[in-house]
Amino acid sequence: MASLKVLALALLMGAPLLAQSYGVGRTPTAEEIRAWDISIGPTGEELPPGRGTVREGAQLYRTKGCASCHGATGLDGKAPLLKSRNGANPDVWARGRILPVRAPFATTVWDYINRAMPLNREGTLTADEVYSLTAYLLFINDVIAEDLVLDPQSLPKVAMPIGDKYAALPDWKPRTPRLKGYPH
Amino acid sequence: MSSKRPARREFLKSGAALAGGFTLGGAASLSGQTPASDQAHHSPPMIKEGKDQIAYGERSSHVTSVRIAHGGRPSPDNWGLTFHVAAPLQDSVGVITPSSLHYMGTTRGSFLPDVDPREHRLMIHGLVDRPLTLTMEDLKRLPSVTRLHFIECAGNRSSRRAKNVQETHGMTSCAEWTGVLLSTLLKECGLKGTASWFVAEGSEEVKGASSMPIAKAMEDCFVAYGMNGEAVRPQNGFPLRLMVPGFEGIFHTKWLRRIKVVDRYYMNYNDFGHLDQDAKVAALDYQIGPKSVITFPSAGQQLPGRGSYEISGLAWSGGGAIKLVEVSTDGGKRWNKAEFKGTPQRMAHARFGYQWNWDGQEGELQSRCTDELGQVQPSRAQIAKYWNKPYDQTFSVPGLDNSIQPWKIAGDGSVTNGFA
Repeated sequence: MASLKVLALALLMGAPLLAQSYGVGRTPTAEEIRAWDISIGPTGEELPPGRGTVREGAQLYRTKGCASCHGATGLDGKAPLLKSRNGANPDVWARGRILPVRAPFATTVWDYINRAMPLNREGTLTADEVYSLTAYLLFINDVIAEDLVLDPQSLPKVAMPIGDKYAALPDWKPRTPRLKGYPH
Repeated sequence: MSSKRPARREFLKSGAALAGGFTLGGAASLSGQTPASDQAHHSPPMIKEGKDQIAYGERSSHVTSVRIAHGGRPSPDNWGLTFHVAAPLQDSVGVITPSSLHYMGTTRGSFLPDVDPREHRLMIHGLVDRPLTLTMEDLKRLPSVTRLHFIECAGNRSSRRAKNVQETHGMTSCAEWTGVLLSTLLKECGLKGTASWFVAEGSEEVKGASSMPIAKAMEDCFVAYGMNGEAVRPQNGFPLRLMVPGFEGIFHTKWLRRIKVVDRYYMNYNDFGHLDQDAKVAALDYQIGPKSVITFPSAGQQLPGRGSYEISGLAWSGGGAIKLVEVSTDGGKRWNKAEFKGTPQRMAHARFGYQWNWDGQEGELQSRCTDELGQVQPSRAQIAKYWNKPYDQTFSVPGLDNSIQPWKIAGDGSVTNGFA
């Protein structure tokens, strides 16, 4: 009986360890993680070194082909608008679904350009180019001053026009109705 | 696939089948009798099969059901990008959508990446004790689950312009998926105490990414490599896609290459498009509500005459399994309990039927469902009342539209969209 008790105790103690280690896969190096980690969060902690200016961004907007899809001024292309047609409206939501206006963080604009632009040449922009294009788009929407240099320190500090005027994200819980009291 | 009909006719007429005892001619040949008539002895033509059809089967040339571009944007477009493509629900039977007819959606239009599974890696990192990189072979060594799940696009919304159920509801599909629970992988990595969200990212050219609650990851998410008994198709994320059962389609990250565990909503790529002004609308933009639709008879179809018909349809919910489906044949005045074909699974299409005798009069068919949480599929009028808005042509259902779809039956048996 004593040996059975010992065995039971060993199983109890050992079970969680066994369940958590299949010994499959390998540990990525810090460099491998850095190379793949293009998710830039609101704190900007993942931003790579670099810097960019509105002036360089205005040039890149033409030379990198942005203007051919989004229009020379961000207002008149086939691709989504990059400048609000209603930029003076005090209600930010009424200014339209414009990335550099509605995004709650400047890091979102950086992440989007770096990840998904230019069309068919994604991933070819340098960090400096992404900083400059971000600066240009924020400037033409009156979010930043013309002389602000964007870098890993200044970019996350940019105050976006939407502020906190967006809905809290749902506190999702398993096996719970999506919205209490919703019909019916 | 060319027909060999004349040749076969000659063969049968010659009597060779009788003499040789071949089974091609069926019972008449074996009995040794001369066929009474050509009609009695009629056999269908043969399908000429090549090596390709033997290796990988094809459906009958008489079955022509196909997907269509959804939302007015062609796929592929002039640059070869795929946008949204809807499944032909009007022809569906059972609950499985064949992989080749499964709906497709991409965030902004995407090329299909041709991913080499030997090169593909899934990296899990962020707020974990032990980051992990897994090959496809590694993943297949881990304990697997096989589950039936629907995926539905947030844009699956009926309108008065829609001509058939493919246009009103075709952006949902259901398949059997096989893979490894995300909870298994995250336990292997060891979640840190501050982990509250995760970002999933694809390997396609835009590296599409979405933030999701870690509670969902631990509940029932899995990384799927199998679909309907074979490898996931490229259009559905080969070699690996994330399953987020019951959440909007966009979260089911295709060509999955990275899971990053974080401590806040990361506001990356797809997240920006998910912002809402109203917390109630935001709550309707994650977990899909209870929804059903009659697939037969549905708009664009024709009843040949009065008499008995099985009304057939699909019901699903992001809240769990469907518990009840009711069918009305009089525009929602009286509701009749429908029968399930098989046992409804959680977050999966359930097939229902209701036997109906059409009296030749005008009518309106509707279906509504109730899920395991007690959520009931609402009418558009009920939804408008909830939002204190008048129910007219200008009313748009906030969040994912799960409202009841009416189909009108005319006296001549033609079926049309009740919203038109």
